[in-house]
Amino acid sequence: MLYSIKIATRYLTANRGQSLLLVLGVAVGVYVYVFMSALIGGLAVLLTDRTVGSIAHVVVEPAERDPVSLIERDRGVLLAVLKSTQQRPTLQSAEAYLPILQGTPHVSVVVGKVLGNGFMLKGEAVAPVLVTGIDARDISAIADIEGSLVAGSTDLMLGTAVIGKGLADKLGIGIGQSITIRSERDIEQPVTVGGIFELGVSSVDDTAVYLNIRAARVLLDLPEGLSRYELKLDDLQLAREAAADIVNRTGLKATPWQDQNAQLLEGLTAQARSGDLIKGFALVTIIIGVASALLLSTYRRQSEIGIMRAMGARRSFVIFVFVLQGAFIGLAGGLLGAGLGYLSLMPFPPPEMTAGGGLPVDYRQGAYLSAIVLTLIGAIAAAIWPAWSASRVDPVKAIGP
Amino acid sequence: MSETGETRLVEVHGVTKEYAEGDNVTRVLKGVELQVDRGELVALLGPSGSGKSTLLNILGTLARPTDGQLAILGENLIGADDYVLTEFRNRHIGFVFQAHLLLPDFTALENVMFPAAARHGRERREDRERAAELLDRVGLSHRRDYLASRLSGGQKQRVAVARSLMNAPELVLADEPTGNLDRESADQVMELLTEINAVDKTGFLISTHDEKIAARCRRQVHMVDGKVADDGVK
Repeated sequence: MLYSIKIATRYLTANRGQSLLLVLGVAVGVYVYVFMSALIGGLAVLLTDRTVGSIAHVVVEPAERDPVSLIERDRGVLLAVLKSTQQRPTLQSAEAYLPILQGTPHVSVVVGKVLGNGFMLKGEAVAPVLVTGIDARDISAIADIEGSLVAGSTDLMLGTAVIGKGLADKLGIGIGQSITIRSERDIEQPVTVGGIFELGVSSVDDTAVYLNIRAARVLLDLPEGLSRYELKLDDLQLAREAAADIVNRTGLKATPWQDQNAQLLEGLTAQARSGDLIKGFALVTIIIGVASALLLSTYRRQSEIGIMRAMGARRSFVIFVFVLQGAFIGLAGGLLGAGLGYLSLMPFPPPEMTAGGGLPVDYRQGAYLSAIVLTLIGAIAAAIWPAWSASRVDPVKAIGP
Repeated sequence: MSETGETRLVEVHGVTKEYAEGDNVTRVLKGVELQVDRGELVALLGPSGSGKSTLLNILGTLARPTDGQLAILGENLIGADDYVLTEFRNRHIGFVFQAHLLLPDFTALENVMFPAAARHGRERREDRERAAELLDRVGLSHRRDYLASRLSGGQKQRVAVARSLMNAPELVLADEPTGNLDRESADQVMELLTEINAVDKTGFLISTHDEKIAARCRRQVHMVDGKVADDGVK
């Protein structure tokens, strides 16, 4: 065994109480680090899940059909481009794209939709609605309509509609009641309310009407093609890469969820930075604690350092003894803090399963390894100054009368 | 190496040592002249403040002289850096201090073994065996696994003597080695030192106030006011 390891461990075990307190202090710092990682990570998961859970991760639509400009835009020329309004933006050959989209890495769900605006009429009451025509099997593929049902069912037959609770309340309608929908193409269609759902997103709950896609085609005067494809990914953080891939392979317009939720991303980034700051403070506390304890040990063991130097121990040997003590404290405190963090965070359910009001800590995001590694590095760094000053001890002064 | 170099252990010429504190400069050694041959047993006598301990510190390469020449085993140590001095000290010089100065959290055996472990960076089996032999030689084999802090004063000093011999040095510097001991223990320690000197031919330079202790040494060097005042061989 390296003799410096023996001396370092002997020094630490010779004063068990003090060493234990020191390790506990480091462990508390590591625990804060782990807890903050789990909390910030959990909050991010919760917010993202709540926000992105009911929307598509990537939306694929027809490419912009702007006229081609013959003048370069960056030549200081003021250029006005008249948008094409000749045709509704529709994926005319939607079926051709389906295998490509399904074959894109990380894509787990592909749902084709026809979309249009309209009004829902009941007597004199009129409410603006967003009509979504969808294959009956896919109604819960993007937003969990099935799980959000408050009444009826999600069976989309030709004459039935599944509508948001806000809309139902606004018009005062319930399951089995007949209403009329008038589309933006001025086509009217009577439907029966077959289901009412509540996602908790008012913009959806107040306006959404789901129809069988065949009924929607008639209502929106869209006999073929789709308005868009909506995609879910197995890892929503890869939405940008997936969208870019789709653009390259299809030439269509693909929009990742991040582009439509810039404020959420900004909030998550700010939140992550705050967490990093707190974790940084925890690390600084660990470093100061270890440095001060070892510095104290240096002073207390000055005569022993003098003896070792007199017996021919090199300065590097003394440095190694004290740096090792820092490393042992860091490693022990890191393992203890990370272990306690893991054990105490384990009972918390994952944030995506957290009920309202629950603490959204995610034990999977405890950053245990980085906590241990950073603490080890920090403790070693903290030990360098005390170790250096120990190596500079003058043996004559240290062992003198 | 010359004939002198082969027999000469310590060669000190005009060594001075000054300590400055602000504007005050204290001259502790004022041109010490001293030569010690291999295997000599020398008593260094003198009143407190005469510079005995400072001279031992310089000879032990723990302190540097302000001026003068210092050679041990023919090696000029003036101007050598800390690494060289530390290595030299570890290989060629042993120490016995008045206050024994053992590592309290280590056993008697570990204390004895320390100079070898510091040299090799690890505990070797042969070092452990030699340390055990040395403890046996100083009559403490039954205390080898005792923590140093649990030993009596006389036992601690005997462990310190064993430690000083661990790397088989040519020179052992003993600063008042019996100063903290009762008469019986003091006699035992001196008996040990003289026996080691006689058997191993290890050179000893023993600083002491005690004329009885000094009387056991063949040569007595008297220091007064930072200089060698008298150097007599019995």
